[in-house]
Amino acid sequence: MMALFPVLLLMTSLVPAVITFFLAQESYRLRNSLSLGGAIVKVVLIVVMLFAVADGAYYETEFPLAPGLVLLLRIDALALLFISLSAILWLLTTIYAITYFGTKPNLSRFFGFFSLCVAATTGLALSGSLISFFIFFELLTLSTWPLVAHKQNEASLKAARGYLLYALPSSAALLWAIVWLESTTGPVLFTEYTDMGALDPMSQRAIFALFIFGLGMKAALVPLHGWLPTAMAAPAPVSALLHAVAVVKAGAFGIVRVVVDVFGMERVTSLGVGVPLAVLASVTILWGSVRALQQDEIKKRLAFSTVSQVSYIILGVALASPLAMIGGLAHLVHQGLMKITLFFCAGIYDERADVRRIDGLNGLGPRMPWTSVCFSLGAFGMIGLPPLAGFISKIYLGLGGLEAGAPWVLGVLAASTLLNAAYFLPLLYRLWILPAADDAKGDERTPGLVVPAVVAALAALGAGGLAASAISPLGWATLIVTGE
Amino acid sequence: MSTLVILLVLPLLGALAAVALPLRAGRLAALVAVAGSVVAALWLTVQVAASGAIRAELGGWSPPLGIALEVDGLAAAMICMAALVMLCVALVALPIMAPDKAGARAAFGFWPLMLMLWAALNSVFVSRDLFNLYVGLELLSLAAVALVAIGGKPAAITAAVRYLFFALAGSLLYLAGVVLVYAAHGTLDIGLLAQRVASPTDPLALALMSAGLMAKTALFPFHVWLPPAHAGAPAPASAMLSALVPKASFVILLRLWFEAMPDLATETALLIIALLGTGAVFWGSLRALAQSRLKLIVAYSTIAQIGYLFVAFPLASEGSNGVPWAAGAWNGAVFLALSHGLAKSAMFLAVGQWIMASASDRLDDLRGMAQAMPMTAFAFALAAVTLTGLPPSGGFTGKYLVMTAAFASGQWGWALVMAAGGLLAVAYVYRPLALIFTPAEVTHHALPSRAWQALPLLLAGASVLLGLASAPPFDLLAIGRPGAVEDGL
Repeated sequence: MMALFPVLLLMTSLVPAVITFFLAQESYRLRNSLSLGGAIVKVVLIVVMLFAVADGAYYETEFPLAPGLVLLLRIDALALLFISLSAILWLLTTIYAITYFGTKPNLSRFFGFFSLCVAATTGLALSGSLISFFIFFELLTLSTWPLVAHKQNEASLKAARGYLLYALPSSAALLWAIVWLESTTGPVLFTEYTDMGALDPMSQRAIFALFIFGLGMKAALVPLHGWLPTAMAAPAPVSALLHAVAVVKAGAFGIVRVVVDVFGMERVTSLGVGVPLAVLASVTILWGSVRALQQDEIKKRLAFSTVSQVSYIILGVALASPLAMIGGLAHLVHQGLMKITLFFCAGIYDERADVRRIDGLNGLGPRMPWTSVCFSLGAFGMIGLPPLAGFISKIYLGLGGLEAGAPWVLGVLAASTLLNAAYFLPLLYRLWILPAADDAKGDERTPGLVVPAVVAALAALGAGGLAASAISPLGWATLIVTGE
Repeated sequence: MSTLVILLVLPLLGALAAVALPLRAGRLAALVAVAGSVVAALWLTVQVAASGAIRAELGGWSPPLGIALEVDGLAAAMICMAALVMLCVALVALPIMAPDKAGARAAFGFWPLMLMLWAALNSVFVSRDLFNLYVGLELLSLAAVALVAIGGKPAAITAAVRYLFFALAGSLLYLAGVVLVYAAHGTLDIGLLAQRVASPTDPLALALMSAGLMAKTALFPFHVWLPPAHAGAPAPASAMLSALVPKASFVILLRLWFEAMPDLATETALLIIALLGTGAVFWGSLRALAQSRLKLIVAYSTIAQIGYLFVAFPLASEGSNGVPWAAGAWNGAVFLALSHGLAKSAMFLAVGQWIMASASDRLDDLRGMAQAMPMTAFAFALAAVTLTGLPPSGGFTGKYLVMTAAFASGQWGWALVMAAGGLLAVAYVYRPLALIFTPAEVTHHALPSRAWQALPLLLAGASVLLGLASAPPFDLLAIGRPGAVEDGL
């Protein structure tokens, strides 16, 4: 039973996905209960496991695919961090999406691929070997494509095409890196030390660079970030999931695995590849923020903000110091909670007030108080106002930078905070201070959209406020870093 | 033993019955033969998997006097794949090749030709005698050429004539090589040839046989006959021609280079083979990109996919004696062949159903097909996943093994070819996929029922499953695998 936990966890999303594909458009009730049921079962399973894993237990299931190809599913603390995030956000996003789509067409296709996308995310979190990771990574690429293209209009088809155009060459690079590495080391398991003795340092650096290229595209590292803002053509629930947990986080999570479990922090330091990665992450942080400033559309601005924020995680990992690592891992969850709040709210503004551009936000705060309070909380969190979640991440990243002997990180963090404030505060000013236009509309008579936003905002608030407790994202990240 | 005889004889009996009986009864007899042969093929595979290779010596005479048949793991895997493809082809062909749809001649000729092709295929997979293989190949080529011409359109006849020319030239070259081998060694048995004393004519003989077989496999630059032939034949016939027929000559090539004469697999020879494969990958993919008819795209993709099989040759050779990667590359190539067979037949059957609905395979006429026939569209997409080598699929497993072998042996250039081929494949399957999934208000003729639409999905699903549950096929392939490729990796 215990050994089956990883499989069960995967099945909670995979089974609804497969069944949903065969449902007729009209079977709303069955489709919704499948998705919600899967999400709820998953959350319950995770709660059961959280306590066991906190005590040091782990679960493992193995399928031999072929000689040298083992599909290994394993639950350790790092996997559970990512899965908990994805499970909770999947539940919220499903509730949101059911209301958002209502009776629009092609729902079985949408929810099928939506669940498949979550299954792929779960799978790559559970992966205990490089090749398992790659299999789910590609499943994620393929299952996201129909979601981005869902509206099937010119813009979304173009966005979906652009997504593939970035995704496939980078996955070829990732496969290249894996095959190169495994041809000398044999199958790479995350739990075991990888002996790279057969490779000279230059080859090791080249493999590392290929890994970063392959994974960095999904994590939207500059200059591989171009697809992400375009992908905003997708429906709001897709954007929310893509930005908070599914695609960009898969890339960031992959980089964490490669640095920590494949190469190991010591080798990253001795090869001298950590600092270039940290610099690349810093450039992304600043460039994403600068580009966000220039956007007039709310979703576009949020998208560039994602580009910037996800690189905090990579920065934390690249610095290869324990404190920075804790900050980066905690930010994996923090950013997810805050960003999904913001995207939920952006979707509500679009649906209920027909507002997509920043100048439409004027005076909406009092008209749509729940949404606007959540949006403000998310924005303050992103800026890093204490005691919100983003503040915790930044403190740890800053301390980690000092610990790693890279004080310039403080400068990057300070500049990024100022830029965050510069692109978020005007939105809040418009929401709360400026008067509304005469013909403005807007209401919140859709609890299915507002409640998930409120819950996500509260979770982000809790993650920051209760950071000292052991089950907070920060506490969990500390367990991962110090427990290993 | 008896199962093997059934597998070789039953399709032929079915073909005879289909010719002799009146149309309806003939078709029924053909279907019974199909069903029986599928059961025999599956049972044979189970037997081989359970108790090892099955060997039969005709008339009780062992080589060099008699002729040996042997079902090793490779043969069993190919037979099993062919049976699955044939079953789906037969069922999909029922409505497509009906007399009122395809014309009386095609409706009459399809069934005997299909069964004859199948019998020839099975005999090629299990024969251990070079001349016996020649007979099987001839029968195979004749059935294949006739299946191209069956539609009767002028373009199809021209394509069939061109195909016939290449097939005959290939047969002659192969036969010339066989004659040389017999003159030098007095035996044509593959097992005995492996222990022969080398003769100076051997390299020439192997070169002649290989050239002939490559022409039949449509390896670049002998591929020019393939696209018009596969695009001109009726879709169920194209499925067999693309998925199965090239595999027969490929299996003979594997047996020649890795079992009969592994000593002649010099670095230069293997380099030439792999370079031809590389040419096929690039030329086939680039030409596929330039086509505006779906059947042509799928046909050019076959040329590219065949290229992969030959890129694996230098990696799987014994030249580097007992090296750990050779088995990986050999398995990888066979996996690619198997998954291509399943995926490509799925694609052609899907296209066949679309042509039935829209009477055209021009890309522009395929808009909205995903709305009209979601299951077939999904099958096409799954098959595309296998062909592009994305996980999880048999195509990915094969590609991963070949690429790992390329790195392990320090010949990473071949891995680059595989990777580039994958990206090109994405490019050429993307266009039709995007159009199929574009919403459009089109009225179609009669749509096939859901059960019929599920058949291509079954094949495409099998090609994906090959990657998910690859352990059983791997164990199967290890049975009777040539000594040149020992286990490793």
